[in-house]
Amino acid sequence: MTNRTILVDYLTRVEGESALDLRISDGRVTSARLNVFEPPRFFEALLRGRGYAETPDIVARICGICPIAYQMSAVHAIENAFGVTVEGQLRALRRLIYCGEWIESHALHVVMLHAPDYLGFPDAIQMAREHGDLVRSALALKKTGNELMRVLGGREIHPVNVKAGGFYRPPTRAELAPVAENLARARETAVRLVRWVATFPFPQFERDYEFVALRHPGEYPFNEGRLVSNRGIDIDISDYETHFEERHVAHSTALHSSIKQRGAYLVGPLARYALNFDRLPESVQGLAREAGLGPVCRNPFQSIIVRSLELVYACEEALRLIGAYEPPAIAAVPVVPRAGTGFGCTEAPRGICWHRYQFDATGTISSVRIVPPTSQNQPSIEADLAAAATSVLDQPDEVIRHHCEQTIRNYDPCISCSTHFLKLSVHRT
Amino acid sequence: MSERRRPRLAVWKFASCDGCQLSLLDCEDEFLTLADAVQIANFPEATSTVEDGPYDLSLVEGSITTAHDAERIRKVRRQSKHLVTIGACATAGGIQALRNFADVNDFIAAVYASPQYIRTLATSSPISAHVPVDFELHGCPINKAQLIEVISAFLAGRKPAIAAHSVCIDCKRNGTVCVMVQGTPCLGPVTHAGCGAICPSYRRGCYGCYGPMEGPNTAALAREWRALGAAPRDLQRAFRSFYAAAEAFSAESEAHDE
Repeated sequence: MTNRTILVDYLTRVEGESALDLRISDGRVTSARLNVFEPPRFFEALLRGRGYAETPDIVARICGICPIAYQMSAVHAIENAFGVTVEGQLRALRRLIYCGEWIESHALHVVMLHAPDYLGFPDAIQMAREHGDLVRSALALKKTGNELMRVLGGREIHPVNVKAGGFYRPPTRAELAPVAENLARARETAVRLVRWVATFPFPQFERDYEFVALRHPGEYPFNEGRLVSNRGIDIDISDYETHFEERHVAHSTALHSSIKQRGAYLVGPLARYALNFDRLPESVQGLAREAGLGPVCRNPFQSIIVRSLELVYACEEALRLIGAYEPPAIAAVPVVPRAGTGFGCTEAPRGICWHRYQFDATGTISSVRIVPPTSQNQPSIEADLAAAATSVLDQPDEVIRHHCEQTIRNYDPCISCSTHFLKLSVHRT
Repeated sequence: MSERRRPRLAVWKFASCDGCQLSLLDCEDEFLTLADAVQIANFPEATSTVEDGPYDLSLVEGSITTAHDAERIRKVRRQSKHLVTIGACATAGGIQALRNFADVNDFIAAVYASPQYIRTLATSSPISAHVPVDFELHGCPINKAQLIEVISAFLAGRKPAIAAHSVCIDCKRNGTVCVMVQGTPCLGPVTHAGCGAICPSYRRGCYGCYGPMEGPNTAALAREWRALGAAPRDLQRAFRSFYAAAEAFSAESEAHDE
């Protein structure tokens, strides 16, 4: 009987601290675990007793890469609890700042973290020696996303301008004009990226995921919609806990999300794309076809194409929103706290980010639950790992190891986000 | 054949949101130049090439919240000629230091179904509580221009040119009308500069995410806040956030216990 154990002590090119533990016995994968040893920071505990007004600033700190996702889910939940609706240009500005986050986050992942896997480089710095023009253009694309965050939010990381009801100060048209110029160039770069990544060598690998994403009557989803899946889920976001659960499983202290009585599901670009292909403009659909994708993509290694398509979409949507922008009459809809529970769910770059807050009459938080995208994907990541490792079992350990690392990076996992993650046992070679 | 010896840079992560090390990748215009000027020997978020120490400069993000990390930072220190902390977590314990004012077991039970699985320290502490630190760069998140300045200074063997005055000075320089005189409570008068005085330029009060300036008069500012109608609870929350464990802010927050 031959036993092989493949360990990766510290996964690179992912945000946060995690490790891989793969066990193979008699030519069969017996266990595939993504162990996460990111220390917990207890956001759901430290938010108790805090005021609604400071909540967007605090939850931003869950993740430096997708602070807008946390701020957006939080403000929607607060407004839901207090019976406030934000519409018109304030709503449009929220979509616009979310475009900025998708652009900076997706560009970072596609070019700096993920593309090197397909071309055999250890990082984008080495990759730049052969693909300098593309890496530099992609950095400019990423910078444009950050510029959008900075103009609308004050800064790229932990923006200061988002509040319940709207913004502290909406941008002027003059502030947005130079961003639009850069966005037009950024869109061209994103199109080049789609065509470039479509030429990468992709393993023949598909899994039959249950995709879960928001779906909105008229838009590719950022902030609003119903929660839907390709196997019949179609619910209001407030019903999330009726259909989904998190379990504190024995082999890891990561809380694993699953659909009750059904199991693993997938959130993020592949899910959004599969469930909302018809909401993409013809320009993006055409690019998808050109890149060889149908309206559903079940190969997680091709998520890099879908992310690139979403980059094109985010640039186009941002340009459309800026073109139609009229400064709103008020910076924010007045918000008056009242006792109650509110729900928020928005599409972070990595998938749905679900929040529930309970407030007292003064708007002080009494309980919170936050479900980040990466913890929802953890069971799918582990299932992918087992399947991906099985497909290369006859290869040397080093090949299996690299293939597994790439499998994890397909998810752009954001470990820092996942307040629920913690490693139980540390295996060190 | 002999490549010039480039200084060896390492980036380390402890309990944090990743935002401060992301600031390095957010230096879109400078990143490839930097990667040429230094040898990036350990930066797992950016590269799979991980080289052993010693390192000329270690940038440390995040606070110490586990016994394992308390040991790991000592190892990082031993391998590093210079060690610079980047951001509020590494420099003061970060938002996760709110546990220092509560019972950590209660915090664990609030988040995890099986508290017995969780190993964590009762407090979140800054790097300087564990090892000597050569320079502390403030901010939640840090300012990327200041980060480039700090890296350049250490590589050149000089002191970083980072101002220690309050946010107020930067508002005056920017020509931003004081929000406090318009009735909005602001932590700018006691907060370390560095962000560029962003919040007042967005018509809101500073919320102190760069921590206390040198010698802040927090009590005087608290009186001004009270005059503007702030309740003790508002003051406690304001001083107990991203720099909750910094001494000046933690003392002022305790002065408003109800």
